[in-house]
Amino acid sequence: MDRVTGKPRLATVWLGGCSGCHMSFLDLDERLIDLAGRVEFCASPLTDYKDFPEADITLVEGAVANTDHLSHIRTVRERTRTLISFGDCAVTGNVTALRNLFKIEDVLDRAYRENSTVVIGIPCGNGVLPRLLARVRPVHEVVKVDHYLPGCPPSADTIHAFLMDLLDGRAPSTSELRFG
Amino acid sequence: MSVKTLEIDGRMLTGRTGETVFAVAWDHGIQIPRLCHVGGLSDVGACRLCLVEIEGRKRLQASCLTLIEEGMVVKTATPKLKSHRKLIVELLLAERNHVCSVCVMNGECELQDLAASHGVDHVRLRYQFPSLPVDTSHERFGIDHNRCILCTRCVRVCDEVEGAHTWDVCGRGTASHIISDLGEPWGESDTCTSCGKCVQVCPTGALFSKGKTVAEMRKDRGFLKYIVTAREKKQWIG
Repeated sequence: MDRVTGKPRLATVWLGGCSGCHMSFLDLDERLIDLAGRVEFCASPLTDYKDFPEADITLVEGAVANTDHLSHIRTVRERTRTLISFGDCAVTGNVTALRNLFKIEDVLDRAYRENSTVVIGIPCGNGVLPRLLARVRPVHEVVKVDHYLPGCPPSADTIHAFLMDLLDGRAPSTSELRFG
Repeated sequence: MSVKTLEIDGRMLTGRTGETVFAVAWDHGIQIPRLCHVGGLSDVGACRLCLVEIEGRKRLQASCLTLIEEGMVVKTATPKLKSHRKLIVELLLAERNHVCSVCVMNGECELQDLAASHGVDHVRLRYQFPSLPVDTSHERFGIDHNRCILCTRCVRVCDEVEGAHTWDVCGRGTASHIISDLGEPWGESDTCTSCGKCVQVCPTGALFSKGKTVAEMRKDRGFLKYIVTAREKKQWIG
C-alpha cells in the first residue's frame, strides 16, 4: 500500500523477453486510465530507479537469462508482496530458452562472429556487461512465484481480468489461461 | 450382440460386449481426456490421460484398454485423477521442447488444449531441454522430434490404415523416438507412400506440412472415419 495515496503499488519488470508482454499490457488502452486510478505505478522498465521499490504486485516479463536478471529478480522478490510470472518467457523460458539446446560458446559465436558484419568478436565489456547463465530458466525455478499468467503474449483482456481479480481480492481465474 | 450395464460417474449406461469403458463414456457424452486415442485406430494406452478409477480394482486403469463388464462402477473425474492428469501434461511439456509460441500448431494443438483445460499454468518439473533433430528430408512433410509426445498415432495409422508401416518407435525410456524405416531420413524411405495420414493424425506440431509457419497448420482427422467406415461397411460416409 502506498503511504501517500493509500493505493496498492504496482510494478513491472523486464528480464529476458522481447517486451511483447509489456506491449500487450499497453494494449489495455483506455483501461490504463482506470487502472492508474486504482494503483500507484511505482516501477517499470522505463523508470530510472537505482533501487527497486517496495511493491504490492509485480508483473515479471521474461526468463532469467543472465547474471543481472538473477540478482535483479532476487531483489524484486524480496520487495514484492505478490509476484506474477507474466507471459510465456517468464513461465516456461519460451523463445529465450531456445538457446538451452546449444552450448553457450556456440550461441555467442553465432551471434557475434558468424552473423556479425561490422564489429566481429564477442564483447567482453570489462565486467560491465552481464554474463549469460549456462541455462536460461523460468522465473519460478529461481524465486517463489505467486501467480502465473502464461501466453505469448497474454492478451490485454486476459491481463485486465487478471489484475482486476487481484485488486478486488479474488483468486485469479485460470480458466482462460493457455501457453502460446 | 449382448449388452452390458455399468455405472460411469453416477450414471447408469449400457454398452455392447467388447466395447471399452472409454468408448461407452464418449458415446454418452462423458469426454474422458486422451492424446493417443484416435477414432478408427487400435488403442495402445500410451498417454495414460484416460486413466479411470474402477471400484474393486486397486490400480487406475487406462479406459481405452479396459473392456466394460456388467455392474462395473467407474469414476472418470475424481480429484485424484485430475491431479494425475495435470502431472502427466506437465511431464509431457517438460520432457521435450514444446515452445507453443513458435509452433505451426499454436492454437490448434491437442497438448496445448489439454494444458489449458487442466489448469496447467506452469510446469512444476524442470524442463529437460533435450537436443533433438528436425527431419525435413521429405519433399512435402517434416517431423520435429522436439514436439513429439510418442503417442504413436502416426505409427498406427501408417500400419493399420495405409498399410505401409513406415514409422515405428526406436530406443527405450527417454531415448525413445519415432523413426522412418530402419532409421533412414524420411525423404529416403522406401516404404513411405507420401499419403500424409500421419501428419493429419498427429496431435501436436511434431508432424507438419512444409510451407506452414507459426500457427498456420490445421489438421483434418475426418478422413479416417470415411476410410474405416468404407472398409467395415463398404459405404463412403463419415
